Amino acid sequence: MRNLGFLLSLAAFAVLILAALLAPLIAPYLPSEPVHAPYAAPGDGGLLGADSLGRDMFSRILYGLRYTLGISLTVAVLAACAGVSLAFLAAFRRGWTDILLGRLVDAIMSVPQIIFALVVLAVAGVSLTTLILTMAVLEATLFYRVIRPVAADIVAMDYVEVARLRGEGLGWYLRREILPNAAPTLIAEFGIRIAYAVLFISGLSFLGVGVQPPAADLGGLVRENALAISVGQLSPLAPAACIALITLSVNGIVDWFIHKYSIRAELG
Amino acid sequence: MENTVLSIEGLCIDARAPILQDISLAVRAGEIFGVIGESGAGKSTLAMAMVGLLRAGCRRVAGKVTLSGQSLFDLSQPQLEQVRRRKVSYVAQSAAAAFNPFYRLGDQVTELAALELGTPAAERRKMAADLFRELQLPNPETFGARYPHQVSGGQLQRAMIAMALINNPDLIIFDEPTTALDVTTQLEVMRLIRKIVTARGCGAIYISHDLAVVAQLADRLMVLRHGKVIETGATRTLMETPQQDYTRALVANKTTTSPAVQARTAQPIIALRDFAAGYGGVSLVQDISLDLSAGHITCLVGESGSGKTTLARAIAGLVDVHGGTATFQGKPLVPRLEDRPRDARRRMQYIHQLPDLALNPRQTVREAIGRPLAFFAGVTGAAAEARLRQLMRDVELPEEFLDRYPGSLSGGQKQRICIARALAADPEVLICDEVTSALDPLVEESVIQLLLRLMQQRPLTLLFITHNLGLTRRFAHEVAVMQAGRIVEFAPAETIFAAPREAYTRTLLDATPVMERGWLEARL
Amino acid sequence: MRDFIVSRGISGAVSLFIVTLLVFAGTALLPGDAASALLGQNATPEALEAIRRNLGLDQPLIWRYLAWVGHAAQGDFGQSLASGRPVAEVLLPRLGNSLLLASVAAVLLLPFAIGGGIAAAIWQDSWFDRVLGFTSMLFLAMPAFLVGYILIYVLAVRLGWFPSMSVAPLFGGASAWAKILALPVISLVIIGQAHTMKLTRTAILAVLATDYVLMAEVKGISRRRIILRHALPNALSAILSISILTVAYLIVDVVVIEIVFSYPGLGKLMVDSVAYRDLTVVQACGLLFALIFIGMNFLADLLALLVNPRQRVPARGA
Repeated sequence: MRNLGFLLSLAAFAVLILAALLAPLIAPYLPSEPVHAPYAAPGDGGLLGADSLGRDMFSRILYGLRYTLGISLTVAVLAACAGVSLAFLAAFRRGWTDILLGRLVDAIMSVPQIIFALVVLAVAGVSLTTLILTMAVLEATLFYRVIRPVAADIVAMDYVEVARLRGEGLGWYLRREILPNAAPTLIAEFGIRIAYAVLFISGLSFLGVGVQPPAADLGGLVRENALAISVGQLSPLAPAACIALITLSVNGIVDWFIHKYSIRAELG
Repeated sequence: MENTVLSIEGLCIDARAPILQDISLAVRAGEIFGVIGESGAGKSTLAMAMVGLLRAGCRRVAGKVTLSGQSLFDLSQPQLEQVRRRKVSYVAQSAAAAFNPFYRLGDQVTELAALELGTPAAERRKMAADLFRELQLPNPETFGARYPHQVSGGQLQRAMIAMALINNPDLIIFDEPTTALDVTTQLEVMRLIRKIVTARGCGAIYISHDLAVVAQLADRLMVLRHGKVIETGATRTLMETPQQDYTRALVANKTTTSPAVQARTAQPIIALRDFAAGYGGVSLVQDISLDLSAGHITCLVGESGSGKTTLARAIAGLVDVHGGTATFQGKPLVPRLEDRPRDARRRMQYIHQLPDLALNPRQTVREAIGRPLAFFAGVTGAAAEARLRQLMRDVELPEEFLDRYPGSLSGGQKQRICIARALAADPEVLICDEVTSALDPLVEESVIQLLLRLMQQRPLTLLFITHNLGLTRRFAHEVAVMQAGRIVEFAPAETIFAAPREAYTRTLLDATPVMERGWLEARL
Repeated sequence: MRDFIVSRGISGAVSLFIVTLLVFAGTALLPGDAASALLGQNATPEALEAIRRNLGLDQPLIWRYLAWVGHAAQGDFGQSLASGRPVAEVLLPRLGNSLLLASVAAVLLLPFAIGGGIAAAIWQDSWFDRVLGFTSMLFLAMPAFLVGYILIYVLAVRLGWFPSMSVAPLFGGASAWAKILALPVISLVIIGQAHTMKLTRTAILAVLATDYVLMAEVKGISRRRIILRHALPNALSAILSISILTVAYLIVDVVVIEIVFSYPGLGKLMVDSVAYRDLTVVQACGLLFALIFIGMNFLADLLALLVNPRQRVPARGA
C-alpha cells in the first residue's frame, strides 16, 4: 500500500518536473498569446480552456509550473544550507551561540509565516529576489527547529566523545560524525520543506504578493481566474489541483522515506 | 495437581519468527518459580502470556495457559479482565514507567479494591498504609498521597509490589524487578519477595537474567534460551548437576574464578593526590588519592551516584578538575583533554559502557578502527590493512566483519570492536567504564577473558569501573570502593574480599548475591 | 510553578520585543520609506521632506521606535497612509469580523477533529483510521483556496445554497450573518481539521504506548476505563496545546479564506494594505497577528501546566 503510494508519487513528481523542464517543447501555445475566445471551455479552446484574455490555460499552467517548482526548490536549498549549518553550529558550540540562535528562531516563529512575509514584502517591495529571500529565511527557521535537536542528540552520543577523546577537528565532526547520522532526517525534512514552500509561494501569489503579472505561477493563475468560478467555470481549479498534486506527490515520497528509515515522527 | 496455580502446556507464540516454542511449566502455591534467560530468550513475551496478553504482532500458535483453573486463551475479554483483576499480579522492571504520572500512588495501588469491592476511600487509605508498612516504606500513612515523581526508584519498586498484593492474588509475576536497582536495595527487595510468598502462600514467577539472584530466590528453575526450554528442575539439582551445556556454562560462569593476570610491577603509572573534579562549581568527587600500578587491573566499585564514572572521566580529561594533583608516568597530567598533546591522548584510551552508542552507525568497522591508526600513527594503505586484520584477530572476530556496519553485529561483537578501536591507538592505559554491564552473562565473561588475554600479551594497565563487586573478585589486583564521591577503601583485592576494613565495603560485599545455598536465608 | 509561568511570560515578552523590532526595522531600515510609499515615485523632494517631518521620520531611530511602541501600547497605531483615518479605527471592526469567523470555525472544528483523532488512535489501523488518514493526507496537501473554490463551485454556483461572496449585510440579523459565514467557516473547518486530527492521534498513540497503560491492561482494567481514566488525563495537556495551536493556525488560514470570499476581516485588510503599500496599517495588522499568536502560545503552555501534576507538585513534597 505504502509502496504503491510511493511509486505513484514518484511517477507524478517525475512527470511534473519533466513538464516544467520541457514546457517550451510541450506547450501548444505561448503563455502570453491570446489564442482562444475569452473563457473558452475545455475542448473548444485547448486542453483546459482559456482565461479571460483568451490565453491557453494548459500552456500557462506548464509555464506556471516552472515558477512554482523553481522558486520552491531554490527556497528549500537556500533554507537547508542556512538552517542546517546554523543548527549544526548551535548543537556543537552550545552556550551563547545556541541560546541566541534559539531566541531569534523562536521570535521569528512566533509570528505566523504568512503575516511575516506580508510585512516584509509590503516594505521591501515584491520582486523575485525579495520573495525568495523572505521565504528562505522563514523556511530556514523551520529547518533549524527540526535539525538542531537531532544534531544535539548526535553530539551527545558516545561515538562523538570518542572522536573528542582522539582530538578530531571541527571538520571531522561535522562531515563524518554528525552529517551522516543526520542525513535521513535532513532528506525527509528537505522534502517536507519543498511541499511547504510550494503551498507558501502559491498562497503568496494568490494573495497578490508573489510572482507578479504578466508572469504567473500556479497560485497567480488561480488569482487571475478566480472570478470565473462564480460564473461556473472550473478553470481556476486546474492550477490549484496541480499545486495539490505537487504537494501530494512530495508528501508521498517523504512518507515512504520516513518509514524506510524509521525517522522519528515529530518531523513536519 | 491440587495446588497448581499456573500451568502452561506446549505454548508456542510467533511474531514473524517463532518467539516461544513448546513451553510447559507449572507453578504451585507457595513456591517461587524462576525463569532465567539472556536477552532475546522470550522472557517478557512469556510473562505477558501468563496473564493472557499478546503484544501487537504476536500470535499464539499452540498451547494452553491455565491460571487458577481457567484457560486464559479460551476466555472472553471481560472474563479475562476479571481473572487479571482477581487472580494475578505483575511487577514490572521499571517502576518509574509503570506508574501513571497523573495519579497519587495510593489511588493507583488501591485501584483494584475500589473497582472490585467498591471499598470506600477512607478504608482504601488504611489498606494502602498497611501495605506500605509491610513493605517498609517511609511514612506509610502519608506515602500514598505522593505522586510517582516524588519518590525514589527503590521506593517505587516497593510501591509496585504493594500494588501487586492489593487483590490477594494466586500468582505474582516478578519481571526483572531488581535489575535497575543497586545491590543493597536489591537485597531488600529480594527479602521482601521471599517474605511475602512465605506469608501469603501465593505462587510466584521470578524472571531474571541474573542466575545468582534467581538461584537464591527460586525453589524451582527453568532455563530459557532463544524461546526454547533448555532445562527445568529444582534449583538445587540444577545448580549442582546441570544436564545441559548451556546451563553448565551459566553455572560455571558464576562459581569459578579466573586465573589472575600476573601482576608486573608496582610502579604507579597514574597517581592521584587529593584529587577533586566535577561540573560547573560542584565537585562530584573529592579527596581522591589513588595509584594505578602499571600492568595491574584496578577496579573502581560503587553504587549508582557514587562518582565512579565521574572519576574515570576526570582522569580522561572529560570533567573539570577542581583540585589536587594527578601524574601520568611521573609527569603532571594536563587536566583538560583539549590541552593534552596528541601522544598523551593516544596513551590513554577510554571504552564506553554501551557499544551501541560508542560506534557510529554510519561508519564501517574498518573506518572505526582505521581512524585511530591513521590519526595517531599515520598508518594507512596496506600497512593499515595488515594492522586491521591483526586487531580483528586480537579481539577474536572474523576479518570479514571489517566491512560490516555496527547495526549488523551483536552487543558482544560491538564491544569487541570498541576494544579493537582502543587498541589501535596502542595505548598504555585502558579505562573501561562498565564495559560489560549491558551484556548477557556468558558474553560478559568472554569479553572479560578477552581483556585478560590482551593484558598478558601487551603492557596494558586497566582501570575497570563496575557496580558489580562480585565480578571484580575474579580478576582485580586492586579494588577502590567509592561512596558519595569519595574512595572509602582502596586495597589489594585479597584484602578487600578477605578482610574488608570499612563497614560500607562489608555492606556491599554482603549484599552481592552469590550462588551458595542459604545465602538469602542467612540474611532474612 | 510560579517560576515556570514567569519564565514563559518573559520568553513571550522577549519574542514580542524582537517582533516589534523586526516590524519596526522593516519599515524603518529597508529602502522606500513611508513617505515615498505614500507619495509615489513622482513626488518632489520638498513634498517628501514635509511628509517626513510630519510623520516624524527625521527623528533618531531609537526615539522613533520608542514612540511607535509607546503609542501602539495605547492602541494608537498612527494614521492610515491610504485613507488618513486613524489605523485603530480602520482595524477594530475588521478584527471583530475575523475573530467571529475564527471562533465560529474553532467551535465547530475542535470537538470534531479532536474526537476524530482520539477515535483514530483508539481504533488504530481500522478502516475508520485509514479513511481519516487518507482524507487528512489529501487536505494537508491542498492549498486553502482550492478548498474554498471547490465549496463555492459546488455549494454556491451549482446548488445555490449560499452566496459566493461575503458582502457584509447592512441590515438583517443573525440569519444574514449565518449565510455569509457559512462557506468561509466550512472551508476553515475542512482545512484546519486535518492537522488537528493528526496531532491528536499522535498524542493519544504516544500515551497508549506507555508502560503504565500496559500495566493497567495487565491489572485487568477494562479498555473503556483505561482510555478514559488512564490515557486521556495524561494526553490532556497535549490536547489543550493542540486546541490552542489550532485556533492560532485558524487565524492564519483566515487570511487566505477572507480573500477567497472577500470577507471583510483583518486578513483582507492586511493584504489590501500591502497592495496599496499602506505601511502603518500593515505594521499594525502584523503586530496584532503576532500578539494573538504569542498570547495563544502562552495560554497553551499555561493550560498544559495546570493539568500536569509533575509541574503542579514539586518533586520532593510531603
